[in-house]
Amino acid sequence: MEFLSQTWPWYVSGTMVALVLFFLLWFGKEFGTSANLRVIVAALGGGKFADFFDFPWKTQIWNLTFGLGAVIGGYVTMTFIAPEPHFADISQATVDTLNADYGFNLTYGEVPILPEFFQSWESVLTLKGFIIIVVGGILVGFGARYAGGCTSGMAISGIANMQLPSLVAVIGFFIGGLVMVNYILPFITNL
Amino acid sequence: MKQLKFILVGFLFGITMYMTEALSWFRIFEMFKFQSFHMYGIIGMGVVLGALITWLFKSGKIKSIDGEQVKFNDKAKTWPRYIIGGIIFGLGWGLSGLCPGMVFILIGTGNMVFVIFLVALLIGTFLYGALRTKIPH
Repeated sequence: MEFLSQTWPWYVSGTMVALVLFFLLWFGKEFGTSANLRVIVAALGGGKFADFFDFPWKTQIWNLTFGLGAVIGGYVTMTFIAPEPHFADISQATVDTLNADYGFNLTYGEVPILPEFFQSWESVLTLKGFIIIVVGGILVGFGARYAGGCTSGMAISGIANMQLPSLVAVIGFFIGGLVMVNYILPFITNL
Repeated sequence: MKQLKFILVGFLFGITMYMTEALSWFRIFEMFKFQSFHMYGIIGMGVVLGALITWLFKSGKIKSIDGEQVKFNDKAKTWPRYIIGGIIFGLGWGLSGLCPGMVFILIGTGNMVFVIFLVALLIGTFLYGALRTKIPH
């Protein structure tokens, strides 16, 4: 079981992601986790405020069930497969960059999975935490629906289905991500 | 019980993304800094194997579990939404280091900060729905 609790290499997890896509297609569904957010807003009564949420969301309960499975997967992994402390196996170069320019104080090989601003809910009460959690969440939620999908629906399912719009959206993901990480993020993480 | 299979697939997804650290803010930062192949390997392998899988279903070599032809919808070719929406998503992804699927897994760890993050995702989703007819697609 020891290998299970090490960081899974990309070719293992890449294969597993493809397996998830296979199962969902086989069940006659699509792989798209951000679509779940629209389902939740619709289930909460969003259809009363915007037509976009006035759709037969109950046909999408399978996706909520998928989300529930992911929640259970997170719980089981943390509790049984990779009990704390579990370190993120990021590169020395990344540790050096974060320490030099982004106000972090990390030690290579001992980087926690979650940065301090994600370790407890109270961080949302700080300016840095508020920007990363609340502003970041709103941008991701808004952008995912505007673009019509996120990493699972666009980058993986969409490109695998040779959809040019998905490729354009993923190029957009990278333009936004590169601008954020290189030009905006240093001012936020140094707060 | 028809829903059980979706729980199992979500469970597989949850363990995988956790154990390969795709839900770590640090991994997304590293990806946008091009300092590791890890995330590109995961997404790239998902796309390559996914293309093969998609082709098997599209060509009818594999039918759905109910024995039916699996249908795929082509995405509409109107560009502003993919470019502007994609950039907004990317700004958020680079900032918070989380894409929507990861949030469900992280909520499973019992950390309430991700419930707050989910609420922010829902607010963003709602804002899109409310503004949809006023923004270019």
